[in-house]
Amino acid sequence: METAALAVSDAPDGRLILALSGRLVAETIPIVWRDALHAVRGAVSRPVTVDAAGVDYCDGAGIALLVDLLREPRQAPIEVANLAPAYRALLAQFDARNLGEALNLEPTRRPAIEEIGRTASIVWRDLRTQIEFLGQATAALLAAIRHPSTIRWRDVGVVCERVGADALPIVALISFLLGVILAFQSAVPMKRYGAEIFVADLIGIGMVRELGALITAILLAGRTGAAFAAEIGTMRVNQEIDALTTMGLDPVRFLVTTRVIAAVLMTPLLTLFAMLVGTLGGAFTMLSYGVPFVTFVKEVDGIVNFGDFVAGWVKSFVFALAIAGIGCLRGLQTAAGASAVGDSATRAVVSGLVLIVIIDGVFAVVYFFLDI
Amino acid sequence: MPDPIIRVERLTAGYDGRTILENVTFDVNRGEVFVILGGSGCGKSTLLKHMIGLYDVVAGHVYIEGHDIVDAEGEARDAILHKIGVMYQSGALFGSMTLLENVRLPMEAFTSLDMEQMNLLARMKLSLVGLGQFTGHLPNEISGGMQKRAAIARAMALDPAILFLDEPSAGLDPITSAELDALIRRLAENLDVTFVIVTHELASIYAIADRVIMLDKRVKGIIAEGDPRRLRDASTDPYVRQFFHREADLATPA
Repeated sequence: METAALAVSDAPDGRLILALSGRLVAETIPIVWRDALHAVRGAVSRPVTVDAAGVDYCDGAGIALLVDLLREPRQAPIEVANLAPAYRALLAQFDARNLGEALNLEPTRRPAIEEIGRTASIVWRDLRTQIEFLGQATAALLAAIRHPSTIRWRDVGVVCERVGADALPIVALISFLLGVILAFQSAVPMKRYGAEIFVADLIGIGMVRELGALITAILLAGRTGAAFAAEIGTMRVNQEIDALTTMGLDPVRFLVTTRVIAAVLMTPLLTLFAMLVGTLGGAFTMLSYGVPFVTFVKEVDGIVNFGDFVAGWVKSFVFALAIAGIGCLRGLQTAAGASAVGDSATRAVVSGLVLIVIIDGVFAVVYFFLDI
Repeated sequence: MPDPIIRVERLTAGYDGRTILENVTFDVNRGEVFVILGGSGCGKSTLLKHMIGLYDVVAGHVYIEGHDIVDAEGEARDAILHKIGVMYQSGALFGSMTLLENVRLPMEAFTSLDMEQMNLLARMKLSLVGLGQFTGHLPNEISGGMQKRAAIARAMALDPAILFLDEPSAGLDPITSAELDALIRRLAENLDVTFVIVTHELASIYAIADRVIMLDKRVKGIIAEGDPRRLRDASTDPYVRQFFHREADLATPA
């Protein structure tokens, strides 16, 4: 018999009899369960006997049904009769009355005000951690520079390849596209005044002073910052960070220094590349507006001076330091669990982008006052 | 009387061109507690993972209640998988779900019970393994041993006919470990649940095992099979004797 059945009847002495029969397993009992519970609830003040004589087989789900009936709050007694000894032993493991309340542990919801305050204090603490970490990383970096032999140069080389060489195609693609779009969009209104040639000035200054460093930094945050956070985060989850600490190796020096050095070495090179390719993208577009390549290059050469180049290039060092640092920090802050690594990577990218905006703003103000 | 619920037939297993096990054949009978033993690296966990269809076999067959899990695909494979529950060595609980949700997940997917009924059932499973007070906790809020017990509760969620446990008592204190042994015996005797267990714990093996097989990496297969006490007392194989006696000597100071 592959189904479960319930028969409700009245005994001569006023008891309610629920006769369960068949196979009490999860697949067969949902309807029986509902009906039985309904019958028991409808007879709160009458004694009830659950007759399990007809039960052929009963697994954990069947036992749960019996427990559920037994724990119903009621005035008159309820009992289970004729249950096979093997199943009775299973039923005896559960205290039906205690199962309901003692285990009702739901997470508490906090009021909104408390939630806001809590979040604000978390943001404030996070800011302090970032500053602390910046100091720690700088100290580690300075120590490394003073004793270059303590740096794990092999690791630096590997990271350099991933941060630098492997990023070339995407940096080339995006900066070329940026040059093309910028040139195209500005050439349309410029042509009205017959001033297409000044597009070269715009592209040259824009790419060298601002966009080359910015686009490289944004790509770095998305590619490298996230990768650092995920790598170090996974190490945190696997307790590798704990292992380093107990070996007496400072994780900041061991993991962060190599990555930050690699990023600081590679990002300026990528930035140079982005400046060049972006400008080329502009030149390429202007060909279709009848501006020859040579003319474009001459115009750029005339307008962009060494100060512009330095202004743009210096930023890339700071961007690299900030993005690699924040990526490593988010990795080290990873909590436990599979989703934690994903959270860290996300936070690394978001914090990286926010930092880029802040740093770029600071540079703009400084350059304005220094008149560069 | 033997009624094999699992039959492993001439199983050759390995990966990356390396053979771990060669031509292994054995039966597991219904309702018995079957223990796979052996030194580190002999292929215990590999064998277990082949028996639950997680790895592709090189050659051979694994029949679960008469159905070959090696060739099964789609619905046929799902039907076989519904008969088994697995507890992995690390617990493998879903970190973003509470213990209750972890245990409830297979019920939500494969039964038509109400949410309330599933909650009760999940609570009962968790209280069976002594975690009744922790239903609302996330896996990372409880200890490693507790995670392991919660994983057993999840493996039992659908009351499978066969439970595979990979190192269930590793990382548990002796009392919890003994309670777990008692639970295994109770389920095996009262519900006819068949257990296939990978473990090293000799105390636990004597307490629960009806039959053991012992693997060895030198022969890439089974070197001993039978009742663990008989093997301890009567085996002539030096390695088997060493395995049982070294530990037994330590456990009972002469």
